[in-house]
Amino acid sequence: MLGQLIIEGLAIGACYGLFGIAVVIIYKTSEVVNFGQGEMAMFSTYITYHLLTAYNVPFWLAYILTMIFAALLGMLIELLFLRPAKNPNLLGLIVITLGAEMLLMGLASWKWGAEQKEFSLPFTVLKTHEPIKGLIINDWSIAVFVTAAVLMILLFIFFKYTKLGIAMRATQQNQHAAKIMGVRVERVFSFSWGFSSFIGATAAMFFAGRATLDPAFMMDPFMRAFAASVLGGLMSIPGVVIGGELLGLIENLFGYLWPEWKPIVAFIVIVLVLCIRPSGLFVKHYVKKV
Amino acid sequence: MDMKRDYYEDIQLFESGVVLFWTIVLLGFLLTFPLYAPSYYIFLFNLIMVHVIMAVGLNILMGFTGQISLGHAGFFAIGAYASALLMAKLHLPFFLALPLAGFIAAFFGFILGLPALRLEGPYLAIASLGFGLTIMHIIGRWDVFGGRMGIHAPPLDIGIPQLGFKWVLETDVSKYYLILLITIFMVVSARNLMKTRVGRSFIAIRDSDIAAEVIGINLTFYKTLSFMVSAFYTGIAGGLFGFVLGFFDPFTFTLILSIIFLVMVVVGGLGSIMGSICGAALITYLQYNLLKNVAEKPIIGDLLVSISKKWFTVIGLENFNSIILGLIMVGIIIFEPLGIFGIWIRLKKYWKAWPF
Repeated sequence: MLGQLIIEGLAIGACYGLFGIAVVIIYKTSEVVNFGQGEMAMFSTYITYHLLTAYNVPFWLAYILTMIFAALLGMLIELLFLRPAKNPNLLGLIVITLGAEMLLMGLASWKWGAEQKEFSLPFTVLKTHEPIKGLIINDWSIAVFVTAAVLMILLFIFFKYTKLGIAMRATQQNQHAAKIMGVRVERVFSFSWGFSSFIGATAAMFFAGRATLDPAFMMDPFMRAFAASVLGGLMSIPGVVIGGELLGLIENLFGYLWPEWKPIVAFIVIVLVLCIRPSGLFVKHYVKKV
Repeated sequence: MDMKRDYYEDIQLFESGVVLFWTIVLLGFLLTFPLYAPSYYIFLFNLIMVHVIMAVGLNILMGFTGQISLGHAGFFAIGAYASALLMAKLHLPFFLALPLAGFIAAFFGFILGLPALRLEGPYLAIASLGFGLTIMHIIGRWDVFGGRMGIHAPPLDIGIPQLGFKWVLETDVSKYYLILLITIFMVVSARNLMKTRVGRSFIAIRDSDIAAEVIGINLTFYKTLSFMVSAFYTGIAGGLFGFVLGFFDPFTFTLILSIIFLVMVVVGGLGSIMGSICGAALITYLQYNLLKNVAEKPIIGDLLVSISKKWFTVIGLENFNSIILGLIMVGIIIFEPLGIFGIWIRLKKYWKAWPF
């Protein structure tokens, strides 16, 4: 029983981590906390849904088309909403991204209505395996684990060895210095938004496959994923995955004992952790200069 | 912008005769408004005034102290439930229950303010956001609060039931005058608070908390105090909101409401009391009137319905207001980060310097 709870918690935690990676990539390069992340992913998932139901496109083709759309959507939001703002402060950035969230949510509910819809993935929670006696694992969890692991390895290589990854890290450390060294900072931002939107959309499809699809379905997962990335310090990609796993585990075990308080346990954990380590678990806390 | 020559000029309530004149005109308009306005607009004005109190309170926290809160719907809910339950269950008189509701909210503000001492930026945003959701969840689970079914606000009796003195306000017009008085009181106190030692400490913390600490401002005290004052205002507003609506449930106080509150303050202008009033009025009007049943509005309604039929769904048209709200949020930061207050300053400068 305990093993089962742990597996389930790890699976949902990996999904939080996956979505948290999307939050972290944007924060890592541009120091923007993207509150619109959830709705960007939600909109992309609806595009898949639309392709699947209205045009009967096979799933994998729909997936590829959606990913192209998601990347373009991320770039477009960066281009239209964030770039024109002149040196916005943190509150300004929060308001802009929340505005993008409201806009996308309004558009999605205008287009598809507010009712819940079925969204079927090739990997369902219904198809289960039993590798060890008494330990059941479903297709959905396996797919999430594999995706998260592959993505983490790829991202590690990407940030360590490729030119673009190094440019992204340079931009994060000092935007102006990066510009002087010949990095086109705007292009880096644009890329990181597109990339993050793409990862977010993938994670959102996992969430939609587990539950149902409606315009507000990404709000809860987004907040959990955001909490997970805060737990990991908003900067490190291994940190956010570990944060997501921790959150998923705690939530699942706690939810088993007191089911009615399950939705809020994540926030209590977050506040407690932040009180002890104000910048998250895996990031050094820098003292600010005046 | 105007030069202040001495201290008393800075702390006076009306900056000049012109301001005094227009304030009197506004008050005259507000006092006579129910005489000629249709009854729906009185309900709308009640909502606007409630939101004005809330926006002023949130502005004390965000515009004057520079903290971020995405959880003010939580304080709003605490105020609404506290005042309704104190009156319905404990039979407290209204003028005791309302401040008590404010103080209960302030206590929760203190609790939120404690972690906020160590957090800043996005971390504070997530902590306050979690706070708002937690409050809503707890209220939804507890039977005392009516659970998910919601509760009805008790009749608004502004007398003292223990002494057998009853004065029940039933119509929107009578509530209007009560709320108007409370709103004026709260707004004027907020304005005066900002001219005191406390208010100036808030502003110093906003501009640079480290520098403020260096010149001897106790950050722990003033940051938590700012949260408490802000929560108190929001609690009072929530208490009145319950009576304006008459019925409310936990789903009234969602994250979206916190976002709408944030928009009111940002649209009005950070760090400006008058701006908060304008912002609250504008956003409330948009949310509760203009965009509420947009399909039934003349001209634009037909156009939108035909657009909906062609590319979207007609049922989903009721979410049109969130599209507009999103566009306002993005637009205000891109074009005028200081909101209505910033536009006002620009106009004033242009007018003064004309024709240069």
